[in-house]
Amino acid sequence: MSYSKKVLDHYNNPRNVGSFAKDEANVGTGVVGAPECGDVMKLQLKISDSGVIEDAKFKTFGCGSAIASSSYVTELVKGKHIAEAMAIKNTVIVQELNLPPVKIHCSVLAEDAIKAAITDWKKRKGDEAEPSSADKVGQA
Amino acid sequence: MLKTPIYMDNHATTRTDPRVLVSMLPYFTEKFGNAASRNHSFGWEAEEGVGRAREQIAALIGGKAKEIIFTSGATESDNLAIKGVLEFYKDKGNHIITSVTEHKAILDSCRTLERAGKATVTYLPVDQYGMVSPDDVRNAITDKTVLISIMWANNEIGTIHPIAEIGRVAKEKGIVFHSDAVQAVGHIPVDVEKNGVDLLSLTAHKLYGPKGCGALWVRSKGPRVRITPIIDGGGHERGMRSGTLNVTGIVGFGAAAEIAAKEMNDEAERLREMRNKLQAGLFERLDEVYLNGHPTERLPGNLNLSFAYVEGESLLMGINDVAVSSGSACTSATLEPSYVIRALGTNEELAHSSIRFGIGRFNTDEEVDYVTERVTKEVRRLREMSPLYEMAKEGIDLKSVSWKA
Repeated sequence: MSYSKKVLDHYNNPRNVGSFAKDEANVGTGVVGAPECGDVMKLQLKISDSGVIEDAKFKTFGCGSAIASSSYVTELVKGKHIAEAMAIKNTVIVQELNLPPVKIHCSVLAEDAIKAAITDWKKRKGDEAEPSSADKVGQA
Repeated sequence: MLKTPIYMDNHATTRTDPRVLVSMLPYFTEKFGNAASRNHSFGWEAEEGVGRAREQIAALIGGKAKEIIFTSGATESDNLAIKGVLEFYKDKGNHIITSVTEHKAILDSCRTLERAGKATVTYLPVDQYGMVSPDDVRNAITDKTVLISIMWANNEIGTIHPIAEIGRVAKEKGIVFHSDAVQAVGHIPVDVEKNGVDLLSLTAHKLYGPKGCGALWVRSKGPRVRITPIIDGGGHERGMRSGTLNVTGIVGFGAAAEIAAKEMNDEAERLREMRNKLQAGLFERLDEVYLNGHPTERLPGNLNLSFAYVEGESLLMGINDVAVSSGSACTSATLEPSYVIRALGTNEELAHSSIRFGIGRFNTDEEVDYVTERVTKEVRRLREMSPLYEMAKEGIDLKSVSWKA
């Protein structure tokens, strides 16, 4: 399979790889996929109290298109309000990266990761009064 | 001088040896006759070339020249062996014994017969090294069993099956024994007599010959094995495979077999050294690397490794000037990870992380060093990007996590 230029660029120069410090406030974490399926994406979003995504980081186990999809998503969501980010559809990712049909699931996973990270942030915000027990990433 | 890209995927196919190519050339332009033309010199010359190739190939596997049936490749040979035996011996029985790690040409031929109601099939499991147990073969035999088909060596993990022992079981029970020996012939000693094999699939392009030319060796004596043809026509190849012979391909196949017979032992030693060096180099530099396949009973040029926490296709993408292959789902046409590696019973995710290196005749030590460094660097980079590696380093047991796929 040949890869689009944009997939290659994100794969070779991934944007925003990494993780936020464990104790960092205002961070929502989404982990989607499963190792036995060959794809796991971890997306972390740093979100202000007013709901604006200030920073994003990712780590991905998966094919080049999965890495590219998550890398692109970190750029895409920065500066957006969570309401806008929640509305991002996977087709935007497919178009930007020219993903072939067999790689569409990578874009779906990236869309899911955004939603999972924002949901986690909302949950943590709601839970702030009580000590959080949801530190273990990936737990359903 | 190191030249890239480097080809290290010799289980997929091999480069045609220049000596093989030279032997073929006259058969395109001067000796272009149809080997079945019995009444002019063009036909005779072509037939002579084919006859010599039969001798050369038979000598490599310890069979007789007239027992070689030329085909278009090993997929056809496998189809002919499975379907041809089942059809011919249908009054005797309809049960086939094979294994779960066979090539798709075997598995899908069996499935087709099952679906048509023409056969029942036992798919034997393999052990953690990918090996079939001769006892399992023995225990699977019923009074309806007409065929045992076990490959000589596996194309992904290189595991060499106990063919001689399975051959003894087959002989004892009087059951036809077929082996797909595509990956073995020309690389390790293959002797149909010593191993009690009755049918053997082989192909030219895995031993530095041309593509599009294979053979099925069919035992003619002790016992004589019969097959019903799957391609009808002019009755070529003693009626077992009709169709004008691919004379150029066959001549090349013969030349490749003769070179292999002469050079195989030295070459195997050389490939084994390079393979062991690559294996040792990667194990030294990287943690959590797993060997897929048998530690010793393995093809000399084969190295199948899983680099935990790194997905295979992304690794292939990173080492884009090195041609190897992966058992990752993303690299297969079916989007399923390697059924061979999954059959070993190891972690499912290790199938996604597997890379097959196939070292061959034209690889060099320098290339092995380059590939070692290239793979090391890329695995490290991808692990830095892998959430699984991060979790494992934090001491989280990945098995304890309930993943939402």
